[in-house]
Amino acid sequence: MLDISQVSKLFNPGTPDEKIALMNIQLKLEPGDFVTVIGSNGAGKSTLMNIISGVMKPDIGEVRIGGKAIHHLPEHMRSRWIGRVFQDPMAGTAPTMSIEENLSMAYKRGKARGFGWGANAAKRKLFREQLSRLGIRLEDRMSAKVGLLSGGERQALSLLMATFTQPQILLLDEHTAALDPARAELITDLTEEIVRDMSLTTLMVTHNMEQAIRLGNRLIMMDKGRIILDIPESRKRDLTVPQLLGEFERISGRQLADDRIVLG
Amino acid sequence: MLESLTGAVELGLLYALMAIGVYITFRILDFPDLTVDASFTTGGAVAAVMISNGGSPLLATICAFGCGLAAGAVTGLLHTKGKVNGLLAGILMMIALYSVNMRIMGKPNISLVNTDTLFTSIEGNTVLYLLVLAIVVIMVKLLLDAFLHTDLGLALRATGDNARMIRSLGANTDTTKIIGVSLSNGLVAVSGAMIAQQSGFADMSMGVGTIVLGLASVIIGEAIFGIRSVVRATLAVILGSIVYRIIVALALRVEFLDTSDLKLITAVIVVGALVIPTVRRSMKQKSVARRRTQELIAAAGSQGGRS
Repeated sequence: MLDISQVSKLFNPGTPDEKIALMNIQLKLEPGDFVTVIGSNGAGKSTLMNIISGVMKPDIGEVRIGGKAIHHLPEHMRSRWIGRVFQDPMAGTAPTMSIEENLSMAYKRGKARGFGWGANAAKRKLFREQLSRLGIRLEDRMSAKVGLLSGGERQALSLLMATFTQPQILLLDEHTAALDPARAELITDLTEEIVRDMSLTTLMVTHNMEQAIRLGNRLIMMDKGRIILDIPESRKRDLTVPQLLGEFERISGRQLADDRIVLG
Repeated sequence: MLESLTGAVELGLLYALMAIGVYITFRILDFPDLTVDASFTTGGAVAAVMISNGGSPLLATICAFGCGLAAGAVTGLLHTKGKVNGLLAGILMMIALYSVNMRIMGKPNISLVNTDTLFTSIEGNTVLYLLVLAIVVIMVKLLLDAFLHTDLGLALRATGDNARMIRSLGANTDTTKIIGVSLSNGLVAVSGAMIAQQSGFADMSMGVGTIVLGLASVIIGEAIFGIRSVVRATLAVILGSIVYRIIVALALRVEFLDTSDLKLITAVIVVGALVIPTVRRSMKQKSVARRRTQELIAAAGSQGGRS
């Protein structure tokens, strides 16, 4: 489904601040794969997300979705295949617009936008059904401005907006990191449920080791722009957090360092 | 007094389309576009040249709209494709358009006295005249409201609200910005064309200060009538334009103020309307923070704070 081959990215080339962000990344996701990504600060996790979604373009290498090369396309042209939830709850929604209007924009993901009504009766019915799946009663507040919602509610809405049009790839970029533990738990549960129900091919960056082990069918670990460990489902089931940290130390020769790391 | 009041309402309605244009860039796109200072004149110039050469006033006004659209599109292209800072892109277009306007008119001013304009047939009847103006402005407002609720309109609004998000949903924010700036300048040019026809002349300096007049209307309207929804906000801008004209008419009745003080008065109104809400908000925030903190301390105390 997603095929990343030989992707490399250099930041600030030719300057004293030159830094290898990604180095020869090879990653292939099968349809329905749910891959969790962990790694230390500056490992290139977010860069990888940005390269897939088109915020950045790789210096070398190819990104293919369903066999089609997309690495030369700008971000807005890739969105028809890719749904994304950002770390910042403010990033995934438009605050001065209503819940309904935000969903209307997500409904048009990757399609031409013309003079058709953003929300009509049929769409409203669909939005209401979808919102009710979140179980936080947003369906009763469809005309409320999103800026009035809490961070957790906004992130739940972002998750719905990223998924309900069934994109071929779902990118989750530490999407629970900015939330308090109770809300993070809610969003994690929703993520699990939505990804399972819609069998979305998903790549999830997380700082939560326990979550990285518990969710998904594959785990990859990144360090200094490389994928240093790739754990398949069979090994992942019996993995523990100390084992995972041990693996990191064994391969990279140092301890895993991440400001926000949560062991579980 | 009544006469100056109806005069203020008339001017307010004529300038309302310009204010709506400024609202689109300043509030919806969050892009302070200075092109309007020149595109207002462009609208007046195109209309005056066409009408004084025997053209139909309606066609002339439509052509003014088209020229405004084109001017705005160039500013939008400069800003998005040329990556020129938004303010600078507007200023560059303003300067460039000055020469273009001179070319269009061929001389610094054109008189439309004794020429048939859009308003000639209804000018005699003040009530009818104001009614027709109001209906035209309301129709433009309703069309804009409708547009802002279409898929394209939603993308346009999201561009100013959260550009990263709407890009991740597949809208080209360069295109939406260009559409917005273009539409804005189109409306501003129509307003310029109407002012030229109402006042009976077009001249090179008629657009000077348009951006500030527009901002004054937008800010006054928002402050008095609120912005809870798009429909409400566009209405507020129209009413703001009228209120602004009434304020100016009242200010001019003060003995020691002169017509040339108008721009200063406008600047003072805008500064006031910008600063007062900010000061009030921060004062309110401080008092709420103080009250809440005291409440929380009291609540903690009553639970028997351990030491």
